[in-house]
Amino acid sequence: MTSSSLTPSSTAMARNRPAMPGRGWSVTVLVLVAVVSLPVLAVAANLLRPAGDVWTHLVDTVLATYVANSVWLMLGVGVAVAVGGVGTAWLVTMCRFPLSRSLEWALLLPMAMPAYVVAYTYTGLLDYAGPVQSLLRAVFGWESARDYWFPEIRSLGGAISVMAMVLYPYVYMLARAAFLEQSVCVLEASRTLGCRPWRAFLQVALPLARPAVAAGVALALMETLNDFGTVHYFAVDTFTTGIYRTWLGMGQPVAAAQLGAVLMMFVLALVLAERLSRGSRRFHHTTGRYRRLPRLRLRPLAAAAALLFCLTPIVLGFALPAGVLAVWTAEGGFIAALEGDFMVLARNSMVLALVAGLVAVAVALLLVYAQRLHPRPLVRGGVRLASLGYAVPGSVIAVGTLVPLTAVDRLLADFAQNRLGWSVGLLLTGSIAGLVYAYVVRFLGVAVGGVEASLGKVTPSMEAAARTLGEGSLGALRRVHLPIIRGSLLSAGLLVFVDVMKELPATLIMRPFNFDTLATKTFTLASDERLAEAGAPALAIVLVGLLPVVLLSRTIAGSRPGGGQ
Amino acid sequence: MTDGLVLEAVGHDYDGVPVVGKVSLRVGPGELVCLLGPSGCGKTTTLRISAGLEVPRRGRVILNGRVVSGGGVHLPPEERHVGFLFQDFALFPHLDVLANVAFGLTALARPARRERAMQMLTQVGMGDYAGAWPHQLSGGQQQRVALARALAPSPALMLLDEPFSGLDKRLRDQVRDETLHVLKSSRVSTLMVTHDPEEAMFMADRIAVMRGGDIVQMGSPDELYNHPRDAFVASFFGEVNLLDGVVRHGRVVTPLGEFAAPPSLAEGSAAEVLARPEALSLTVSERGWATVLASRLLGRSSLVHLRVERDGMPACHLHARLSAGVTPAEGQRVSIAVDPARVFVFPGPNLP
Repeated sequence: MTSSSLTPSSTAMARNRPAMPGRGWSVTVLVLVAVVSLPVLAVAANLLRPAGDVWTHLVDTVLATYVANSVWLMLGVGVAVAVGGVGTAWLVTMCRFPLSRSLEWALLLPMAMPAYVVAYTYTGLLDYAGPVQSLLRAVFGWESARDYWFPEIRSLGGAISVMAMVLYPYVYMLARAAFLEQSVCVLEASRTLGCRPWRAFLQVALPLARPAVAAGVALALMETLNDFGTVHYFAVDTFTTGIYRTWLGMGQPVAAAQLGAVLMMFVLALVLAERLSRGSRRFHHTTGRYRRLPRLRLRPLAAAAALLFCLTPIVLGFALPAGVLAVWTAEGGFIAALEGDFMVLARNSMVLALVAGLVAVAVALLLVYAQRLHPRPLVRGGVRLASLGYAVPGSVIAVGTLVPLTAVDRLLADFAQNRLGWSVGLLLTGSIAGLVYAYVVRFLGVAVGGVEASLGKVTPSMEAAARTLGEGSLGALRRVHLPIIRGSLLSAGLLVFVDVMKELPATLIMRPFNFDTLATKTFTLASDERLAEAGAPALAIVLVGLLPVVLLSRTIAGSRPGGGQ
Repeated sequence: MTDGLVLEAVGHDYDGVPVVGKVSLRVGPGELVCLLGPSGCGKTTTLRISAGLEVPRRGRVILNGRVVSGGGVHLPPEERHVGFLFQDFALFPHLDVLANVAFGLTALARPARRERAMQMLTQVGMGDYAGAWPHQLSGGQQQRVALARALAPSPALMLLDEPFSGLDKRLRDQVRDETLHVLKSSRVSTLMVTHDPEEAMFMADRIAVMRGGDIVQMGSPDELYNHPRDAFVASFFGEVNLLDGVVRHGRVVTPLGEFAAPPSLAEGSAAEVLARPEALSLTVSERGWATVLASRLLGRSSLVHLRVERDGMPACHLHARLSAGVTPAEGQRVSIAVDPARVFVFPGPNLP
């Protein structure tokens, strides 16, 4: 059975290798994770720092306002996106009415709209001098603002409305996927047990989709906390505007970082809520049978109401603002913009987004592949930590990034001065490289998610086949994984690309002096009340933002197991 | 002496859960050894350890006289020169058939690589499909391409992980036959994993039966079938009639008759008697103590369900397998003769 005469001396020893394979990968992961998570940790560390005078001043004066405004924003946006997102998702997946098929993808359109762009267009529309109030005055013969009451768009309520309009797709998307995944048998069982459709929705479908809805709301709220452009323009003071003002206006990085740390506690609560709601998802599918969803045919009146309910967010969150941008651009902005600095802005945005997208995807690929090769707790935890940036507001990341960058810059400058006698100033702070670093920290999670999903296409045995056929882990990555997941890597890169194009707060804080992107230019022009001129760059951002929406609508159309579309 | 694969007291666990206890075995040059056992017995892990896809916690793996795992050494799979045939075949979807087979031939120049790949494809009868894509092939064709791909670099050892379980029954018999011929004509040492005893007997020179992470018995198919070491091996290799009894004067009395107990069984201890259905032969007799309950023709043989009642013993249900065409009528009384060579007596389960 066993050959007995084998002594070590009779067997040639293989050349010595560490008995723990993959140490190189682990070290790579840890280094990458350390670099990427440093900014977030740097901000968190500020919670432990002794509070300075400025901080005491902030607490005494504005902190209560920031907290109150942020809480009201989250509450308002949370309720609005939950109702809008779940309602539209249920209608388009479970009912049949005119246009319901087209609405499935059209409901994603507002995702292409950055909230601040929508804020500008509505201000342009609804301001005292805007077309709506002018028309009202003309029709009713009012002379001045004292003659009538009109809601003030630049307010907390306005900010809630604007954000809900563009953020509800997060809930819509996840709730729709959840409804599609639900086994129709569960719904049919509830119908045979005597539930009317409406009750089946409330008692069966909605509770089953609850984790997805919670996750969608959490994502929308993270975006709400991240927003800077809208609240700044509407003069609703929140943490993000506070950080911006404390840093750039008052020149107090430590106090800004401390504000950022408090903001991160809000985010942390959201992340935990989202994780918890996701954690219970696996219990949900009790049967594996899927069939074509029986769509409820609505009676004319109900169909009209459903159509109206679904069209409202699309018109308010996409069609109307896009129309306004188009008008502004046409009204004289466009040629002027082309003659002006539009091409430079576009180039700056493109180059930044392209570089950040490439770096993020490359880093994500290394992390996820290492995690797949060696799924140790240390590696997995590292990858999770590195992807946390997607939850952290851009302004916080900017503050957190500048802390380590400044430290490295000081070291470099001292070294150059003392050893080489050169005066180099700050190399990284306020550089393109620093900005790309911040983008990668912020959006790495997006890339990691995409790469993780796509690596599932390479089965473990394909990987093992490549290894036994003589390829090392990097060779297998190059010859097997990369060719198979190339398309998905492109989509992951595209998502990062678009996110970087839209990004505002981190870019504003970290950009090199006199360097503008489409987003920052839109912001500055709007802040100077030159709304019409902001049309062209804003429209460009929206058009690019449509790309991932197209991608997403394709993905979720095919998401139902067992086909059935 | 040192050619082939040697496992020395190899053990492994995943996150503290033991999967392989202490496995020692040897696959000689050109020999085909099967690891046979129910799912979860550690056979696939043993195979993956041999390939270098898992690092064993204990023991040593020696391949052609070289320690490749154990004692602080771990040679990664890409440097072991083994061929691995996967359950799902694992063809690369982005490469055509020829490129799949040529994947492991990086040491050769391009024309030689192509020539070798074509030669392997022809050997497995897939020469006409060189330009096809994996998704265009049937399961049996994919299996043959995977076999050609694994054999192309002339590996020192072939490892087969349930290579036929993805195929339907009729195709399986044919592909199994072809695979055996290809492996034997390339004279490669092979370790194969399966849960199907018939498949193991068809393919293997020697079989190692595994259970709970350890090898229970190892030997030729004939040894295992006709001289199983315990009730598990006996029942794993084919259907058995199981009867309980007690040892009295060196014999065990059952409703089926008396059988000699092995000397290791003490007087008065419980014993298990296992009789293969084909050990039973039936004679129609009104004085017989068995009644035919049902009788079914299964093609090459027929299976007869019997109820046996003897004075002083609990009634029991037995199966007899007869050559085809003999199907006694239901309700008929029969007497049973037993071939003692196909009856095994083991210690009873309630022994201390």
